[in-house]
Amino acid sequence: MSLVVRQPGLLSLIQDRGRFGQHAIGLTNGGPLDPEAFDICQQLLGNRPDCTAIETSFGGLELEARVDTFICVTGASMPLAINGREKPLWTVHSVLAGDQISLGYAAEGCRSYLGVADGFVITPQFGSAATVVREKIGGINGNKLAPGDVLPCDATSLRRELHLHPDYQPRYHNRVTVGVIPGYQQSHFSRLQQRRFFSHAYSVSQRCDRMGYRLEGPAIECDINGILSEGICFGAIQIPADGQPIVLLNDRQTIGGYPKIGAALSLDAARLAQLQPGGVVNFTAITPHRAHNALHLAQARLQRLPLQPLARKSRQ
Amino acid sequence: MLYLGEDSTPELASRVQATATAVRVALGADLVDLVPSYASLLVIYDPLRTDHMSVIKRLHGVLEAAERGVSTPGGREVILPVYYSPETGADLERLAEQSGLSVAEVIALHSDTEYRVYAIGFAPGFAYLGHVDPRIAAPRLATPRQKVPRGSVAIADRQTAVYPAESPGGWNLVGNCPQRLFDPQANPTMPVAVGDRVRFEAISRERFLALGGELP
Repeated sequence: MSLVVRQPGLLSLIQDRGRFGQHAIGLTNGGPLDPEAFDICQQLLGNRPDCTAIETSFGGLELEARVDTFICVTGASMPLAINGREKPLWTVHSVLAGDQISLGYAAEGCRSYLGVADGFVITPQFGSAATVVREKIGGINGNKLAPGDVLPCDATSLRRELHLHPDYQPRYHNRVTVGVIPGYQQSHFSRLQQRRFFSHAYSVSQRCDRMGYRLEGPAIECDINGILSEGICFGAIQIPADGQPIVLLNDRQTIGGYPKIGAALSLDAARLAQLQPGGVVNFTAITPHRAHNALHLAQARLQRLPLQPLARKSRQ
Repeated sequence: MLYLGEDSTPELASRVQATATAVRVALGADLVDLVPSYASLLVIYDPLRTDHMSVIKRLHGVLEAAERGVSTPGGREVILPVYYSPETGADLERLAEQSGLSVAEVIALHSDTEYRVYAIGFAPGFAYLGHVDPRIAAPRLATPRQKVPRGSVAIADRQTAVYPAESPGGWNLVGNCPQRLFDPQANPTMPVAVGDRVRFEAISRERFLALGGELP
């Protein structure tokens, strides 16, 4: 019983919530670039929050069901079709053995999550099934999904076809504002350089991946070239010698020696990771207090989402 | 992020280690992960379980206790075999030439030093060891190699390391260590931890091959 990969699209990866507590041996976190969309997918399916799902970037994923179960797709607006019929996102759908599932390319956003009832059965490594291709760890042999991959999952008929009302569905635009808590080597950036960083728009370069988003815009100067290597947290913003900021994400290296101007609020970094190349980013300074409030509000919202059975129209 | 100093000395590394141990106890289940490095300790906590004010308060407690004196754990001693040669260390002869030493002297200087594991990161199992004798210290290559073989022993400035897996890399290669530095299947996954003391033992080509070493 499984879903079989026909086409993986540009990049499809098995992810769970990520691998934590393994920095001591140099392992990074992995996990969904957009945890909000990932969590809603698991909630709609009635799954445990740490179940596995497929993260597809840009689109192009095609699967064949070899099991009777339920699926749900959340995140970027990649058109979902089952046996060629278009189906809504943010909605649980029944699939039967033989059904063909396809995701088109995203018009808005960049990452989608395709979950299945009870998740895919993938053996965890270091406490997580999250795929980090750079480390060759997690998922199926540490690799991105390839045609012919078999993703084991259990059959079930016990799911409700829940739906998230459009008013509550996140919208992905091609412009985001990212809250930044200044810190680290902040004092090595002059007031002028900090003002430049916070008052100009940056665009997402072609070099944006799960390690980090490299941006393009006014160069930021730092009065030091490098630092004694130190730990790098999620969302840290490095300024390398060329002055172009890099926002470090889920698959970042755990230690590095470039100066950092601050760290992005995780919620905003997730929105950043939904941008495709050419997307626009503005930075705004925030305090740790505000970051804390934002995290708690987001958590409260996530726990109170109105998930309703889809009003059943006659089947087309 | 806790900064405990600004340079890289064994004493400071011991303080980082002792602080990491104390932070682990002080934060308990609120702690997500710790990244100790040369002079700093990155503390990652769960913001939905606690808040930064509580964490800062507890970290101050840890630092005050540390100032009152904490024993410095010495770490374990680990010996790693290395086959130093031009065939496993593409930069060995160039390093000798640049430093005005013979290849044998470079090998002797690299293997006679006791190193300390200052940090682990960058890639799974990549341990930063310090400090290399200044006579054989060398800057990173201007253009990193696309492929550095697994086990390569390398120097960058006054740091040295063993590449735990084949990867791109810009450090100067001097030899190869046949012992796996990172094996997801093994327990423990890594033979070294931060704070351990590492010595390299020069071995022959025959011994290298007998230990499972692979020539490029």
